[in-house]
Amino acid sequence: MQRNLNHPTIVTIEKVIDETPTVRTLVFSDEIMPNVLPGQFAMVWIPGVNELPMSVMISKESGKAAFTVRKHGPSSTGLFNVPVGGQIGIRGPYGNSFDVKEGKLLLVGGGTGLVPMMRLLTFVKPTDDVTVLMGAKSKDEVFFEALSNELLANNPHRVIVSTDDGSYGEKGFVTDMVEKLVSENHFDAVYVCGPEIMMYKTVQSAHSRNIFVQASLERMMKCGVGICGSCCVGEDLVCRDGTVFDGEHLSTNKEFGHLHRNKAGILENY
Amino acid sequence: MEPSIATSIGKIQLDKPVMLASGILGISLDVFNRLYASGAGAVVTKSLSTAPWEGYPNPTIFSVKGGGWINAVGLSNPGASNFAKMIEPNQDVPIIVSLVGSVPEDFESMIKEFENCKVKAYELNLSCPHVAKVGLEVGDDPGLVKEIVSTVKKSTSAPVIAKVGLGTSNYLNTVSTAIDSGIDAITAINTVRAIAIDVETQRPILSNKFGGLSGTPIKPIALRCVYEISSQYDVPIIGCGGVSSWEDAIEFFLAGASAVQLGSAIGDNWVGVFDEINKGITQYMERKGHSTIKEMVGLAKKS
Repeated sequence: MQRNLNHPTIVTIEKVIDETPTVRTLVFSDEIMPNVLPGQFAMVWIPGVNELPMSVMISKESGKAAFTVRKHGPSSTGLFNVPVGGQIGIRGPYGNSFDVKEGKLLLVGGGTGLVPMMRLLTFVKPTDDVTVLMGAKSKDEVFFEALSNELLANNPHRVIVSTDDGSYGEKGFVTDMVEKLVSENHFDAVYVCGPEIMMYKTVQSAHSRNIFVQASLERMMKCGVGICGSCCVGEDLVCRDGTVFDGEHLSTNKEFGHLHRNKAGILENY
Repeated sequence: MEPSIATSIGKIQLDKPVMLASGILGISLDVFNRLYASGAGAVVTKSLSTAPWEGYPNPTIFSVKGGGWINAVGLSNPGASNFAKMIEPNQDVPIIVSLVGSVPEDFESMIKEFENCKVKAYELNLSCPHVAKVGLEVGDDPGLVKEIVSTVKKSTSAPVIAKVGLGTSNYLNTVSTAIDSGIDAITAINTVRAIAIDVETQRPILSNKFGGLSGTPIKPIALRCVYEISSQYDVPIIGCGGVSSWEDAIEFFLAGASAVQLGSAIGDNWVGVFDEINKGITQYMERKGHSTIKEMVGLAKKS
């Protein structure tokens, strides 16, 4: 029978890469997930634990994809702890993707928000001048710096790391660095994925200067296909209308940057 | 003259005959406005309870291999009070408020929360197949159905709809009890209790194990129920179960429904499905020479 993309397909974890003490990348083989677009996600079932929306990470090996997860709550910790040989279910891919522009590009990622940025890097043209800005709390939590440099080996590029405590790279918040970069340089497009406040400020910095900007949003999700309504942000459903939204559109959304819904659907402040 | 797709379900008048079914997307007023603009005749809210409910852990919704969807969301909702405040500004969208509870007092207290809201009708969830003490467990108990419907009818002047489903007792008993207790209309049917098992990990996939099956696979069953109800009782009916095309909607009209609800079709075809179905119904009516929905209701029973 043809694969039903909305039904969990079981895959086996073949490799586990420790990125930081709290972040791991789990690699698996699949026919579909290696070829998804940047910004798309899968619903990942950890049997006996939960099912989570996860951006699909690239793999260096053909025919393989991965999930990069930070252990945080019980569900993400459940995924973090899946060993080599462990089985998980995947459905999707879901959602839209970043519009790949040309020229001078700025990619901003916070934590595992870097995952769609790494996939986006595989779509840039050799002539693009690419700046990757990554934020982390401290030196221990920096990951994908080497990978970014590797993926951009043939491009004019810059990889900037900023840590909140200054233990590595630039000291300070990513959003302050974004403001500095967009005020001192001309960018053709800015892409961001990470904590909502970081995305909100990045969108503001770019949009206020009329720079094309897109953000990949995250919300609690159940269905992934626009049925359950859990992920709505104003009138938008992150799973179906997103995950990627234009800064232009986001600047009119009353909830973006301020409110999200809890499991019962009640709006809560960030 | 262009046919009219406006319809009446008893006292409930709608400009368009396709509604959003309960449980689907029904959580924000912004989304309701969007669905109404997309051609929904009305939106039915998620089933609301007296207090907020978080629902079950994931997996809660996915497609089954032969088609259709299975879900055990667990009636997650912000609670009647929070929800009423959210929809208070609404003027334009016909909102049907779905309520779920265990005893008459639950429903009575929730209806009070909506006194400042424009409510088109209330729909009583007597048929959710995957949460204990509510839904089907209530619908299967004729004494409780009678008490709840009578109490709700005394609590509001808005029309009251009972949504029935296939439980352990004969659903037609629930229908007749509801009618005897003063119900204004029946929605038939809810999802059908079901389970999905993964062969690789050898376990049920839903965290709740049991859920409800919806979508195309249950349409013939839903259609049978509408046909049976309309054959035996004089009550306005809303058909629900597997509607995804104009043909499906017409089948339900011909079986005896005055309107239809859909949910799973949004997962498959997104919100454009409402206008697509409305347009298909209009074209069918032109072709067949029907000027109103009412003319078609129950026609199949006369053959």
